[in-house]
Formats: sequence, C-alpha cells, structure tokens
Amino acid sequence: MIPTKEEMLEALAKRHGAQMQKKLSDASVAVCGLGGLGSNISIALARAGVGRLHIIDFDNVDISNLNRQQYFPDQLGMPKTEALKQTLARIAPYCEIVSDTVKLTQDNIPLLLKEEPVICEAFDSPDQKAMLVNTVLETFPEKFLVAGSGMAGTYSANLIHTRRVAGRFYLCGDETNGVAEGEGLFASRVLVCAAHQAHMIIRLIAGETEC
Amino acid sequence: MVKINGKEQDASGKTIAELVSEGGYKTERVAVELNLDIVPKSKYTDTVVKDGDSVEIVGFVGGG
Repeated sequence: MIPTKEEMLEALAKRHGAQMQKKLSDASVAVCGLGGLGSNISIALARAGVGRLHIIDFDNVDISNLNRQQYFPDQLGMPKTEALKQTLARIAPYCEIVSDTVKLTQDNIPLLLKEEPVICEAFDSPDQKAMLVNTVLETFPEKFLVAGSGMAGTYSANLIHTRRVAGRFYLCGDETNGVAEGEGLFASRVLVCAAHQAHMIIRLIAGETEC
Repeated sequence: MVKINGKEQDASGKTIAELVSEGGYKTERVAVELNLDIVPKSKYTDTVVKDGDSVEIVGFVGGG
C-alpha cells in the first residue's frame, strides 16, 4: 500500500516547513529534454514535492543513455516521456505529470510553453540549447529560465556553478567543457549540473532569486 | 568602452555579429544580451554597440 496524498504531503511539510511545502505543491516546472540533465532534474523536483511537472522529449530510451540518465534496461526503446513517467509515478505518485513527446522548435515553443512560469533547458546539443534559450527569452521575458552548459569530462566538480546571466535567465555548468572525442559524460558530473539546475529552480519557487 | 562578458573592450561601433565572431563563437550556439535584453538572431548584423553598453555573450557547449 502506498501512502495517501495527505500522508505524503505531511511528511514533506515536516521536512520542508508547511509554508515552503505549499509553494512547492503549487509550483509547476517545464523540463525540456529528458536526458542526463532532465531525467535527474525531474526526479529531484518530484522528490521535493513540486506539484506539477511538464516533461518534454521526442526521443526513446537508448542503451547509450544508461551511463547517466535515470532509465532502466527494461525501458529500452520506450519514449523517454513514458519511461520517466513510470519512474516519477513510483517516486511521487501524486505529482501531476504532463508530457509531450515532441521535438521542441522555435515554432512550437511559444504554444507549448506559454502556460509555464518556470522553464528548464536540459538538452544535449549546443545548437538546441541556444535555440531554446533564444526563443524563450525573446517570446517570454517574464518567465524564469534555468539552462545548463558544460558538464563533460572528468574535470573538477567544483568548476560547475550557477550564475544569473541577466534578469530571469540562470545558467548552470562549467560553461566550457562540452562533449568531444575522449570527453564523455559521467553520471557524477552531469548530476552535479542537474542538481545545480534543480536547486536553482527550488530557490526560485521559494522566492529566492539570487544564485 | 564596451563591457563584453565583464571585460571593458574598445569595441564601440562594432556589430553583435562581429563581436560573436571575434569572440570565437558560432552564431547558432550563442545567446546574446545587450544591456540585459536578449538580441534576436535576426538583429545581430545590424545591432551596433556603443560606449557604455554591456554585452553578455553566452556560448553553449554540448552535453546533457
């Protein structure tokens, strides 16, 4: 038997404080890209008791994802949205999950993200990262945007940081080390960046706008 | 002087497109803010910076 919604909320409120938990329960976050960053960010937010997550990815779970992304070998071939929904439902059964199995483009972002107060960029490709950031900043200057860039290799985890670029745009990562020949992604370092992004989002939900 | 990513540079009169290329960035992998406002990509070639401006060029790298 899984706990009731009230029991889970009470347990969260005991740890986070009732006021903070109310903010988290009322919050909604869009996670764009469900790879090493997005799958881990979604799980951190669901565990914190964020009330609603909008998860978006066009891709299926691949064997090459298992070194860092929160999927399981028995989920290979499934859309990432469906696979992550299964996992999130086990972790936080009362978190509302809305999913879109679609590739985000500058044409569909204005429609798909228009209701979202907080947007998390969690793509893999640098062109896609830039596309999302530019489109969101141009279309929705009033929204919070938390992006990630630079987490590859075995460099020090301490190089990964969060900074407020301007206004409501935050950037996490070392901003330097991308995927290259011989420079792969390790779960540990990708998780550091994912944790920076998830934590900045939790701070924004709490009303803290500094890094 | 123009502040580019926190450093004062003698760049008055240059376009955003020139600053992006001189900084070694690829246009399709950047977001540029001029005085805290995003510069649309379509305006890179005709947006000219002047003394006192502050430009932030964010270059994205792969991985996620």
